[in-house]
Amino acid sequence: MAAKTTARARPKNLRHTLARLLAYMGHAKISLAVVAVLVSISAVANLVGTYMVRPVVNALEQGHAEQLPALCAFTAGVYALGVLSALGYTQTMVRAAQKVVYDIRRDLFSHIQRLPLSYFDRTRTGDVMSFFTNDVDTVAEALNNSFANLIQASIQMVGTMVVLFILNWQLTLITVACDLIIALYIKYSGSRSGRFFAKQQNALGALDGYVEEMVSGQKVVKVFNHEAANVAEFFERNDELRAAGTSAQAYAATMVPATVCIGYANYAIVAVVGALLAINGMVDVGALASYVVFVRQAAMPINQFTQLGNFLLNALAGAERLFGAMELEPEVDAGTVTLERTGERSWAWKVPDGMGIGAYGKLVAQDASACSEAVRGGEDVPARASGACATETVRGADGTMLACGRIPLRGDVRFHDVDFGYVPGHLVLENLNLFAKPGQKIAFVGSTGAGKTTITNLINRFYEIDGGEITYDGIDVRNIAKSDLRRSLGIVLQDTHLFTGTIADNIRFGKLDATDEEVRAAAEAACADSFIRRLPEGYDTMVTSDGANLSQGQRQLLAIARVAVADPPVLILDEATSSIDTRTEKLIERGMDRIMEGRTTFMIAHRLSTVRNADAIMVLEHGKIIERGTHEQLLALHGEYWQLYQGLKELD
Amino acid sequence: MSDLKRLLSYLGSYRRDAVLGAIAVALETSIELIIPLLMARIIDEGIVQRDFRIIFSQGALMLVCALASLGLGLAYARFAARVAMGLGANLRQAEYEKIQTFAFGNIDRYQTSSLVTRLTTDITVIQNAISSGFRPMVRGPVILLMGLFYACSMNMELAGVFFVVLPALGIALGLITWRVLPLYRTLQESMDDLNGAVQEDLTAMRAVKAYVREDHERNVFARVNGALAGRSTRTFSTAVLNLPVHQLSMYTTATLVLWIGGNMIIAGRLTVGELTSFMSYVLQIMNSLMMISNVFLLLTRALTSVRRVGEVLDEEPELALPAPEEALREVPDGSIEFRQVDFKYRADAAANVLEGVDLFIPAGSTVGILGGTGSGKSSLVQLICRLYDPSAGSVLVGGADVRSYDVAALRDAVGIVLQNNVLFSGTIRENLKWGNPDATDEELLAACKLACADEFLDRIGGLDGELGQGGAGVSGGQKQRLCIARTLLKHPRIMIFDDSTSAVDMATDAKIRANLTTLVDVTCLIIAQRITSVMDADLIVVLDDGRIHALGTHDELLAGDSIYQEIYASQMERAQEATAAGGALGAPAGKGGERDGR
Repeated sequence: MAAKTTARARPKNLRHTLARLLAYMGHAKISLAVVAVLVSISAVANLVGTYMVRPVVNALEQGHAEQLPALCAFTAGVYALGVLSALGYTQTMVRAAQKVVYDIRRDLFSHIQRLPLSYFDRTRTGDVMSFFTNDVDTVAEALNNSFANLIQASIQMVGTMVVLFILNWQLTLITVACDLIIALYIKYSGSRSGRFFAKQQNALGALDGYVEEMVSGQKVVKVFNHEAANVAEFFERNDELRAAGTSAQAYAATMVPATVCIGYANYAIVAVVGALLAINGMVDVGALASYVVFVRQAAMPINQFTQLGNFLLNALAGAERLFGAMELEPEVDAGTVTLERTGERSWAWKVPDGMGIGAYGKLVAQDASACSEAVRGGEDVPARASGACATETVRGADGTMLACGRIPLRGDVRFHDVDFGYVPGHLVLENLNLFAKPGQKIAFVGSTGAGKTTITNLINRFYEIDGGEITYDGIDVRNIAKSDLRRSLGIVLQDTHLFTGTIADNIRFGKLDATDEEVRAAAEAACADSFIRRLPEGYDTMVTSDGANLSQGQRQLLAIARVAVADPPVLILDEATSSIDTRTEKLIERGMDRIMEGRTTFMIAHRLSTVRNADAIMVLEHGKIIERGTHEQLLALHGEYWQLYQGLKELD
Repeated sequence: MSDLKRLLSYLGSYRRDAVLGAIAVALETSIELIIPLLMARIIDEGIVQRDFRIIFSQGALMLVCALASLGLGLAYARFAARVAMGLGANLRQAEYEKIQTFAFGNIDRYQTSSLVTRLTTDITVIQNAISSGFRPMVRGPVILLMGLFYACSMNMELAGVFFVVLPALGIALGLITWRVLPLYRTLQESMDDLNGAVQEDLTAMRAVKAYVREDHERNVFARVNGALAGRSTRTFSTAVLNLPVHQLSMYTTATLVLWIGGNMIIAGRLTVGELTSFMSYVLQIMNSLMMISNVFLLLTRALTSVRRVGEVLDEEPELALPAPEEALREVPDGSIEFRQVDFKYRADAAANVLEGVDLFIPAGSTVGILGGTGSGKSSLVQLICRLYDPSAGSVLVGGADVRSYDVAALRDAVGIVLQNNVLFSGTIRENLKWGNPDATDEELLAACKLACADEFLDRIGGLDGELGQGGAGVSGGQKQRLCIARTLLKHPRIMIFDDSTSAVDMATDAKIRANLTTLVDVTCLIIAQRITSVMDADLIVVLDDGRIHALGTHDELLAGDSIYQEIYASQMERAQEATAAGGALGAPAGKGGERDGR
């Protein structure tokens, strides 16, 4: 389980990643085009300006002193143009890069919101966080620095090469050969250094894992006076990483001296050969002098390319991870049945026109004309105006009976032969059948891992079932628009997560447009009002980093208030009161009862005392319901429940 | 600057490598500056005088220079890698050692993830800055100085241009840096906001999905994302000004040199060759300045990480330790006394968590602690082993103030089973040995038996069974029992159970408590939710809102304390049935040994 950040230095699918990155850069097309033009102007201005030494010198040598002011003025003009375009392109680039990065971050976050929970189960928060920090940053930096530099270096390289070929093509062949050697060396070295970096990465992963485990258990370390032993062990791992890192870095750092050396050798050979050619009168001395100056310049962009290349590869590896995450399959949401509010406390499922609900909640096409105008779902027939839901039974195209129009939401939930596993091939629930009639309270009891939470997670489609179907008021939940399905279900989760904001904001998370009165009423219902009012600023008290300033019990009360303000037709309480002491639990029981009143409720309870007045209690073991019935029935059975109730067995 | 200085102080034994690496780079850079001189000899003497000897000897010298620079480069590569990685390792080690000295209060202030980042990512950022900044950091100044020297020695008059342009450039760069630095700081804040928003969203993903709040979260994110993009634009658009400013000064210098030099040639005070060479120095000097300013940018970016690491290193451990020679090393007995204890977790917190607690617990007694959520139960017991210090009043163990003990000795004598306890990856044996590194297998098994952990030990692979990260692989109840065994192995004088059997079934819970009574001379403090867990205690403390509401035995409290009665009532039906069940179970619990013997 050791946490491993498999940060690969090289992207695997370069072309694809590049294409996607380019597509994003397309969002700032015009700016980038402007940058490209300005960079080119700036690069050419630089080349021309450097070249101007030659005409000046020539003019002076030929005694045309009167040309000096004009030539200098021209040089100054070219340089001024260069500076202005540099100013222009750097400013434009910053804005373009930020636009692109903003869009990437926005789309990434947006996409992550749509990923199924199974993704978050298998991915550590830190890994997702590093998309936003490390990976986006490398991409941003690459955009900021590399785009312009790449164009500039290319122009410089091509320009220099052209000049070299014009000045002396024979010598240039030598230069080209040396450049080829450099390129080959870089390629070879790059592939070899991968091995070293993999080793470093492993050592880093091992250390990360150790640090994470020990730092989270730091309090236990203290209680057992285990600090010294930990330091010793840390030292070992730290040293391993140091050694692996040193060899990797040392190897990577040889790249620059190696290319520099080849560059010098090139220079030396060109100098000697050029001198021989000059002595034999095949080139003139002046040309050779300027040639060697340009040879040195030719080596510069190659080094720059190497650095840029590494930089870009790094960025592309980051981009690949980002785009990889953005290409993950989002939650399936193909449901077309939607939820409509039809009254103060009544809702209805709206079946799309031309469709009807058949056996097992299937959505079947019906002969459109079969359904009367009154139940059609068009905007012109508001449900509220018609007073109630109009449901009609019609014969479908296949001859079976279908329900169409608006089906009142009653809270009837049924599992038909449901199979489910978190990982393929390993079923957690098998052939599960259960039903909850409208308004019933259904409780799940069983040890950890028996599948209690899993069942509730399937009702709201946190996970997709592998077999069978789950129907909600006769409709297969897969046919219900996911957002509407979840809106109809109020869930109090095992761990309450609070958000930065005030207490009121956190309760309002259940209903974003709730008024202050509604928030207060919900808090009262959840017995949270009294403790909230005792907080320094009452409902306006800021909640900091996931509610660190509130006790677990207080957070659970807030979660209950949150569901109370949402006022959903069906409730799911996943150990909603596990962290509340029995005395407080007793106090909020009334509030809970009020919230549960008239609603179908699924509850998972830690303490059996809280489930005894449920309409049905399901005892789960290894994904199967082994006992079901009311409290009295189950006790009379003298089975598993009885044992649990007597404290003969562990619940956890 | 002080951050940089502190960074260098962690070089330790790698200071030598740093110096050698710097020398290697400086020499390599000098060679780079020598090569054009060799070239000049080939052209001026070799070709002009048709002297093949000079051509070949200078060519050979150039090759030698190339090889020398390769050798120096390779040496530098090794030194620089050693420096970067060594410094990183030293920093990490110092940081980790510092964290080990943290008191609970210090740990509370940082989030686990934040500490982990400071130990890993931040160090990596620093290492990368060093390994990529090392060469230009030395090269830049060397080229600058040598270039200026050559330029001055060649023609003082022309070199005068530098002394006009360079100060102007310096001022301009200074202004940019002065404006950018505070911007970087606010940029970091925006970044933290964004990270905070993402983290919050990720940890609360289930709630977000359950309440269909994806759009709401998108809006929240859009806000921080926009703020970050805006701040980044402001910061970077100022920072990138240094490129045009550089170019402006470089081009100004070049044009001026061309103009002045040209006029000097006309006046016959300068040769054409000198002007061309001088121009090449202009390029070199200006490029070196660019290099230096890039290094600065690189370091600035790493500075945030240096600061974050520095924060950890600067953190003062909250517990003031007694002078080692005066510290008591022996806890004489297991008596505990609270004298007018007030406690709050942070000095600036509005309300006390504990207030005016007076309590005496004689050695060897068993005490139950009851109270609602947030009544201060855990806080109370954590003061005993000095996980925190009281804000007022004092806590005495064995008749002496806990602050006068050597902390290790105190914590060895006071065993606490924490509420949120963890096991670590490794075998069961390794985990248990945290309690006593010298324990034999027999002792380990005996402790397991007392904690009723022997019942499932075989099923998880015995003492050699492997646990995953954070003790993955055992159920909650099993984990709690292993944690109890681990604490028992310390043979403490005081044992504290902070709701540490909540996931254990009642029969086993009763059995563990029965086993504990066999320990002689050990004071037991039991925090529990279930009244059955504490009803047999010699003394029961009822806490309410940080104050002691009532003290007494089960019968006394049942007769006279309202809160106890309420708790009892809320559990009554269960309690009665459980008592009945407990009666039925009395036999196996009492004859634990026999049952374990099977």
